[in-house]
Amino acid sequence: MTTIGEPHIVKSYDSELARLDDSLARMGGLAEAQMAAALEALEARDSGLAARVMEGDAQVDAVEAFVNEQAVRVLALRSPVADDLRTVVAALKIAGEIERIADLAANAAKRSLVLNRLPPVEPMRSLLRLGRLALGLVKEVMDAHLGHDALRALAARDRDQEIDDVYASLFREILTYMMEDPRNITPCSHLMFIAKNFERIGDHATNIAELAHFRILGRAAPQDRPKRDDSSFVGADPE
Amino acid sequence: MTEQSIQPKMTARTLAVHYGGKPALKGVDLDIAAGEVTALIGPSGCGKSTFLRCLNRMNDTIAAARVSGSATLDGEEIYGAAGMDPVLLRARVGMVFQRPNPFPKSIYDNVAFGPRLHRLVAEGEAMDSLVRRSLERAGLWKEVKDVLGQMGTGLSGGQQQRLCIARAIAVEPEVILMDEPCSALDPIATARIEELIDELRESFTIVMVTHSMQQAARVSQTTAFFHLGDIVEVGATERIFTAPANPLTQGYITGRFG
Repeated sequence: MTTIGEPHIVKSYDSELARLDDSLARMGGLAEAQMAAALEALEARDSGLAARVMEGDAQVDAVEAFVNEQAVRVLALRSPVADDLRTVVAALKIAGEIERIADLAANAAKRSLVLNRLPPVEPMRSLLRLGRLALGLVKEVMDAHLGHDALRALAARDRDQEIDDVYASLFREILTYMMEDPRNITPCSHLMFIAKNFERIGDHATNIAELAHFRILGRAAPQDRPKRDDSSFVGADPE
Repeated sequence: MTEQSIQPKMTARTLAVHYGGKPALKGVDLDIAAGEVTALIGPSGCGKSTFLRCLNRMNDTIAAARVSGSATLDGEEIYGAAGMDPVLLRARVGMVFQRPNPFPKSIYDNVAFGPRLHRLVAEGEAMDSLVRRSLERAGLWKEVKDVLGQMGTGLSGGQQQRLCIARAIAVEPEVILMDEPCSALDPIATARIEELIDELRESFTIVMVTHSMQQAARVSQTTAFFHLGDIVEVGATERIFTAPANPLTQGYITGRFG
């Protein structure tokens, strides 16, 4: 059941709600571009591009401020209820999630500047794979949200498990390279942090999927999905 | 929720009302929980006021109105051969109207009117203290305690409405029906009445018709949405206003039709 999209009697109310969605779409698009550029900067060892990603973060922050302002305005002036209320609350929270995603992408770009001064290390290939998975997930959940597709949001959320699995195996891989040669420790430490950033991006995307589900259906997403990220135990296994 | 666990204060089963040949209420079922505020919302002509007026047989006063189905108070049938005496029923189920309608009498006599009619207490000290207690519970005592002999009609709109509430609770009813009790009041007077309703629900069961969705959301625990003489959806107010199950409810409360 949904009346999302059906017009209100007061037309300006519709345009205010539409503006929220438009801003979220824009914000999501910017964050995806930031992340794609950060991945490219890592792969091509392009410090110029990395610097542009770091500067670009301000743009995402500006759109977030606009979304917050619009959401508060609608809350104050329209007293939204039901699906309208959920739209506004979800917009506020999703804007926060996207802001974090863009932040983590900018941080990855910043670390690439250090990596570019050091010799390349092998786990970079797996790191890029992890980043692309996370980017794909962000795209998917934003499309599900903006297309009012709760099932698609849930399906996307379950893909976060794949990210967690790749992250756990990357963690082991990085550890192996560090143990092999102490000269790998500095670049591999940075890779480790970037990997953590990408894994976090997957979590933020998951949050967006759950907010989309709540916004569309009016109830929390089911919480029975499997969760196994065992990277916190790596290295502690008895021999 | 304890919705099913206790006996409802009032019930309606296939309750229908025709005015002349025209159906105003098409056979609705509703349980009114004790000690709660139940809000009835819906567009004009949806049957919510007609339903409210069934609960204390106010429709009896309209010659063309015909009521069928069942309504009960504490399990006792209100209508039909074994039905209740309307005067006794109305002592147990009081009513507050849209426009404050104090009698053209003194403030004191307005409140004492019901207790005198039903011979609840003796004149003198007992009546004085009942009048005082009723005015206190209606949050009006401090404002009128020195002018009890003045005409009730001389008070401000908000004070008049609180006087009508004092008059209604003076006979110790079990249920208070309110038909848009704040629609003629300014926001401050409205806030006072809403605060009062919240206090009163500890002692009384309250059923309120309101056109203000925000008021229903603020003061009620259960909301019933009426449309074209039917109840479309009823449930916990919080749920109705965050995630209504029926598209008609959603459309109405979000301002998409109505």
